[in-house]
Amino acid sequence: MNNNNTQHPAATHDAQQNTARVHSIETFGSVDGPGIRFVIFLQGCPMRCQFCHNPDTWPIESTNETTADELLDKAERFRAYWAGTGGITVSGGEALLQLDFLIELFEHAHDRGINTCLDTSAQPFTRNGSWFRKFERLMRATDTVLLDIKHIRDNEHRRLTKWTNRNILDCAHYLSEIDKPVWIRHVLIPGLTDNDTYLRELSAFLKTLHNIERIEILPYHTLGTYKYEQLRIKYPLAGVMPPSQARIDNANRIMRSVPLREK
Amino acid sequence: MRTEWRGFKGNKWQTEVNLRDFIQNNYTGYTGDEHFLAQPTRATEILWQKLRALQKEERAKGGVLDMETEVVSGLTAYGPGYIDHETKDLERVVGLQTDKPLKRAFMPYGGIKMAEQACTTYGYQPSEQLHDIFTRYVKTHNDGVFDAYTSEMKRVRHNHILTGLPDTYGRGRIVGDYRRVALYGVDYLIAEKKRDLENLGDREMIDEVIRLREEVSMQIRALQGLKEMASIYGFDISQPANDAREAVQWLYFGYLGAVKTQNGAAMSVGRISTFLDIYFERDFKEGKLTEEEAQELIDHLVMKFRMVKFARIPSYNQLFSGDPVWATLEVAGMGQDGRSMVTKNDFRFLHTLENMGPSPEPNLTVLYCSRLPEAFRHYAAKISVTTSSIQYENDDVMRPIWGDDYSICCCVSATQTGKEMQFFGARANLAKALLYAINGGVDGRTREQVGPAYRPITADVLTYDEFMPRFDAMLEWLAGTYVKTLNLIHYMHDKYFYEAAEMALIDTHVRRTFATGIAGFSHVVDSISAIKYAKVHIVRDETGFAKDYKTEGDFPRYGNDDERADAIAVWLLKAFMNKIRKYHTYRNSEPTTSILTITSNVVYGKYTGNMPDGRRAETPLAPGANPSYGAEQNGLLASLNSVAKLPYEYALDGISNTQTISPGALGNDDEQRSRTLVGVMDGYFDQGAHHLNVNVFGVEKLKDAMEHPEKEAYQSFTIRVSGYAVKFIDLTREQQLDVIARQAHGRL
Repeated sequence: MNNNNTQHPAATHDAQQNTARVHSIETFGSVDGPGIRFVIFLQGCPMRCQFCHNPDTWPIESTNETTADELLDKAERFRAYWAGTGGITVSGGEALLQLDFLIELFEHAHDRGINTCLDTSAQPFTRNGSWFRKFERLMRATDTVLLDIKHIRDNEHRRLTKWTNRNILDCAHYLSEIDKPVWIRHVLIPGLTDNDTYLRELSAFLKTLHNIERIEILPYHTLGTYKYEQLRIKYPLAGVMPPSQARIDNANRIMRSVPLREK
Repeated sequence: MRTEWRGFKGNKWQTEVNLRDFIQNNYTGYTGDEHFLAQPTRATEILWQKLRALQKEERAKGGVLDMETEVVSGLTAYGPGYIDHETKDLERVVGLQTDKPLKRAFMPYGGIKMAEQACTTYGYQPSEQLHDIFTRYVKTHNDGVFDAYTSEMKRVRHNHILTGLPDTYGRGRIVGDYRRVALYGVDYLIAEKKRDLENLGDREMIDEVIRLREEVSMQIRALQGLKEMASIYGFDISQPANDAREAVQWLYFGYLGAVKTQNGAAMSVGRISTFLDIYFERDFKEGKLTEEEAQELIDHLVMKFRMVKFARIPSYNQLFSGDPVWATLEVAGMGQDGRSMVTKNDFRFLHTLENMGPSPEPNLTVLYCSRLPEAFRHYAAKISVTTSSIQYENDDVMRPIWGDDYSICCCVSATQTGKEMQFFGARANLAKALLYAINGGVDGRTREQVGPAYRPITADVLTYDEFMPRFDAMLEWLAGTYVKTLNLIHYMHDKYFYEAAEMALIDTHVRRTFATGIAGFSHVVDSISAIKYAKVHIVRDETGFAKDYKTEGDFPRYGNDDERADAIAVWLLKAFMNKIRKYHTYRNSEPTTSILTITSNVVYGKYTGNMPDGRRAETPLAPGANPSYGAEQNGLLASLNSVAKLPYEYALDGISNTQTISPGALGNDDEQRSRTLVGVMDGYFDQGAHHLNVNVFGVEKLKDAMEHPEKEAYQSFTIRVSGYAVKFIDLTREQQLDVIARQAHGRL
């Protein structure tokens, strides 16, 4: 008998598998969690971030329907590159829109000894009802969360993404409560987030958390603008330039005051 | 024991020439990191400044600084030469190919026409007297080949289905065991060869024996010439080297003899790092050497390798762009007994890229496997991330076949040092063979009947069942014609341009490999996949000739870890190799093949028509075993997994893969990038892949370097291309555009 055999009631490993709408696969992710990662981009996102460089992942419809085990079989072809630290990362789109699938994927991944990482904006997060129970279950099968905080101020967040940030910051608190390792990601956009007051407010918020392993300041870039042209969507940030190295250094300096959790 | 051998252990190597035995008994493995390394000395800095200035002048003069027209190159054709006579005392390692730095020698034995054309191309007037001698009295390799070529051979050559054949230049790819000069001294080597000569032919006097007797006599004369050459520089190399400096100098003289007498397409140095380290360690123990002096010796030796030059003709430069000499030099690897062969010297050789900046030569090659010491793997990866100047080959797949004392004799192919030589055979364009199969052996450009006039395909749609037997038959013909052509070329090369100086440092009873090659690999694979999994309509011209293809529907492509396409790739390699094996190969050599194009993928592509995979006529083929441009849809690792499936046992001459990764895709800083790269290579090579060229830069840098080659930052900007490294600004514009077109692996 296998003592480590953890049976998940809903995760019957046979016929009736959920399928996911997959946007694309990147076999080589080196900045998407610990080590080298197999990154699965799920389709569909409720956010409409003005700076989004993957607007092609917004619609939830997709032709690529895949089961968790199909994805994991594919991912395992790359185990040789993971060297004990790497694994799979699910990104989006917004991965939490396909929560049932995620649970199945991550639980099966853990059964196979694969490290799991969730890259999310936490927009669907709520502490209510069945959704929260599912999320709790997902977190039990998640090794690291990459949490995107788009803006620290609620009104600015609404302007930037069309949604409130209250539940997102609450998700950050929740992850701290359950002591889940988290990497914070924050896009630095001139005129929108690149402002010392906002950055200090963000770092003050992060200091209230005890589970942050890493904070990544991601300089805004314009490499995704061609996709807007292809999709015939107006690019809301036309004319905004990437931040200077001095401003990137400044943001990193401000974030350095946040104590990080030892891995 | 001789005093020069004091402190050395082991017996076998003392009673016979046996470098492997010497190395295994005496090297000191190193598992630490790079912190012991020393900065360049003042002498290194002065000499390197002078050399850089000369390199700049050479580029300003259109690629050639100076050229010989009156003297035929040879071991003792010149007096001593130095980087600068005024600073010659600073040169810890001496010896130039000619009397002046970067001056190219006149080497007519491969073909007088080519030697003269090389001169006139760069505005030099070749000697009339030498012209007379080499057209009236002395026959060259090139003359011999064309006397014997059949009309079919001329046709396949003229139509570029076989290209780059070594019939107009030295075949190269022979690595003399230059270490022998240091360990034994030349007198001992001469005595051994004389003994071999005595034993040859006392029973049977047949062709092969007669030829070998003549060759060994030439080798003995070359060894005597080598001693004389060294004495011109004031050294007596008849006896073994006594210390590290002598070992480096003796070994270099051995190599210098090779590059003074041959202009082979690859003039590799071999596996010298661990060997030399033994002398360094002994000097350290005897208190005769400091780390600064040790690094200085390696820096100066490498500086000499960076100076090797040959006079080339334009058609050669098109094939092998950027003036490469493949002074390939290996570091690392594991021994048969499981010990890592990494020594401090392996760090020192890589460190030359920091002390003197990036450089394409010597072609530094890491014999890699995931069991090498972690600190070394990490340091090598760091050097890749910062210089893009080194390549990696999988020691785990080569060691079982070649042992633990092999060298890399060109770009990627292994050869047992001092035990083997190779007949280099360029490559066959299988993409063209595929088109010949459809059009009944008629060439799309010249409309000549080049291949056999098999029945062409007349249907409107290519079906797998109709196509495959035709393709198989055409491959059969090509393999046969290819082997026969190479047999003839190497017969003539042995006869008219024998490599006496190199062969003198190789065992008399040598094993020979016969290296064929494949070009257009990925396009053939994807085209067959298109025929099998999609619907390929033939577009014909007014004469009914299939000139283009319209492919309906999707099909799997090689480079995505998709078994459907990758199985075709494995089949293609095995099928071609098995066909090559059917034919007699010259001097009973062992046939091998490679999937390696060097930069000739551009020229090959120029002569290749539209293909069913969607590749347009005249565009470059994908280099080596790389997947086609734009085919890789799932990122770097999926691409690597596809290449890793190709069985090395069927391509013992090498499977070359060149990947460019943007720095951001590897990580946020150099430390993380190196760590990621180690993970990538461990995963790739642990699956049995053979080779990886690693470039780390973004496309923006390439574009800027192409437009502004004059910028100081780009003077030594080195990139890896299929099989070697090159200064990017020395590539032709066409090839620069080709490099840029291959999308770097990066992410938004």
